[in-house]
Amino acid sequence: MSPLLEVHDLHVEIPLPHAHLYAVRGVSLTVDAGESIGVVGESGSGKSITLRALLGLLPRPAQVTKGSIILDGVDVTGLPERRRTKMLTDAMSMVFQDSLTALNPVMRVGDQIAEVPRRRLGMSKRAAHARAVELMDQVGIPEPERRFRAYPHQLSGGMRQRVCIAIALSAEPRLILADEPTTALDVTIQAQVLEVIDGLRRDHQLGVVLVSHDLAVISQTCSRIYVMYAGRVIESGSIRQLLSLARHPYTFALLRAVPDPDLPVHRLLTIPGQPPDLTAVPAGCSFAPRCALTEPACREVDPPLTAVPKEPDHASACIRLETASQWLDWAPVGVPDLVKKT
Amino acid sequence: MTVISVPGSATDTVAPTTRRRRKHNVLLIVGLTLFGLLVLVAILAPVLATHDPIQQDLAHARLAPGAPGHLLGTDELGRDVFSRLLYGARVDLRVGVLAVVSPFIIGTVLGLVAGWFGGWLDTLIMRIVDVVIAFPFFVLVIALVFALGAGTGSIYVAITMVGWVAYCRIVRGEVLVAKEQEYALAARASGLPTWRILFRHLLPNVVLQAVIFSMSDIVLTILAIVTLGYLGLGVPPPTPDWGSMIQDGQQFLLTQWYLATIPGVAVVITGLALALIADGLVERFDSR
Repeated sequence: MSPLLEVHDLHVEIPLPHAHLYAVRGVSLTVDAGESIGVVGESGSGKSITLRALLGLLPRPAQVTKGSIILDGVDVTGLPERRRTKMLTDAMSMVFQDSLTALNPVMRVGDQIAEVPRRRLGMSKRAAHARAVELMDQVGIPEPERRFRAYPHQLSGGMRQRVCIAIALSAEPRLILADEPTTALDVTIQAQVLEVIDGLRRDHQLGVVLVSHDLAVISQTCSRIYVMYAGRVIESGSIRQLLSLARHPYTFALLRAVPDPDLPVHRLLTIPGQPPDLTAVPAGCSFAPRCALTEPACREVDPPLTAVPKEPDHASACIRLETASQWLDWAPVGVPDLVKKT
Repeated sequence: MTVISVPGSATDTVAPTTRRRRKHNVLLIVGLTLFGLLVLVAILAPVLATHDPIQQDLAHARLAPGAPGHLLGTDELGRDVFSRLLYGARVDLRVGVLAVVSPFIIGTVLGLVAGWFGGWLDTLIMRIVDVVIAFPFFVLVIALVFALGAGTGSIYVAITMVGWVAYCRIVRGEVLVAKEQEYALAARASGLPTWRILFRHLLPNVVLQAVIFSMSDIVLTILAIVTLGYLGLGVPPPTPDWGSMIQDGQQFLLTQWYLATIPGVAVVITGLALALIADGLVERFDSR
């Protein structure tokens, strides 16, 4: 059976007045029904742009220049725009980061949830209302009948994000794209909202693509992770594989930068340097300038995503991936902060 | 009223501030009351008026306010000022409001379309806007009224053709901001038809600025009618309107100052009522 969604070698470019920004440079990912995958990366690594490209909602003037999006085994990339957009929006829904701006401020939340069932799925007014109340109940909004009439600003952040999830569900999608859905929430509410998303995945066999810069959020909910850096996926694999032994120095450093609550923290670890300027991508590995393990070969070719030997589904774009188990031991010999344990 | 909200509990639905805001929106209440009174006066003019507004009585011309039988005196032709003021409200409010409705609708729709679709459509609409704006307002209105012939019908057409540009620019600017908001993106992501996104999601969010502008535009339109009347292109005499009353009264400014002042005060009160409504609307609806 073909996976729910497959993305192959997606490229997105943004023509700017004086330059050309290569926002996404060859991203491939797969989501199965009932599976939740995580996309991590820092700001500007191309994770949100990738999501928007999937829905065909790129901001002008960004455009997909290469790659294919395969939905249920059907390549939608070559289809006429109208048809493609319809297929994509029928199959996927999106949950946004800031629920306050993602909801229409002058429309009652219930009406916003009932809108797609009423307008697109052709339900009667009464049926759409009932459906909206049912959805609100499903995402854990207490007293849905009463909250139906509330405006977005009258709800708390957690409730608003639940409304957003209910709206996403109202289109009866098979895949939910969530762009940092919990970043604007505090930690307890964050856990509740993640729980809602995960419950829906289990109960309805939904595919979930969760984008976040928070490793904790991703590892809590997702079975597979894609780590993005400078518009590329530089490592992918199961949570277990990545947490036990990351095979790319970026992921490796990222995981070390998460403070361990059991250890006294003297200093938070950081990765020195800046991500590269995507208008002029240098030859070689894009992480090389910040990497503690660089060797001359790293600056010559950008290594492709390569399968890690003996680890199925684990892939890394580092030419030294086989030496990962020794990276920590190398720390004393001249490797700076990033791999040094506190 | 103190409500302690626990996130996720049943108590955090309706924030107390909105209710308080609604209850104490003095500006809106005063403005609407004032404007409501003006409309009421206009509607009840035939009942309230003490005289026929175009009935001349040269024997009792230019009586001072308070003269027996004439509450606000009489004008140079002996017509009752109070009655003319009431009937004038009918003409001015009707023309002022109606002459704002069609430019409001046309400008708002074109602004929505230009802002949302962008590209050549935006360029085309905005170039037309530029051309209209390049002419001074009155030059264009006067030319158009002149071409169409004096009368209220021509005033509507001329003011519509010139006035829509302001609404178009206001709405377009708001749309440019709003369409980058996530709710617009979310609406597109849920596959709703474009017209529905435009009119159900974007319009209610962008129209407030245009509504506020329309309040002052009504006053400006009334003044435009006054000005046109002054040039003999307005409401044809003897139909009473505030503009022609001011014009007729100004030649007696040194002797009977109240002839021009009384209708002037009526224009000011109308403007004040509309300005209060506009400010009240901002307070009531602007969530930013």
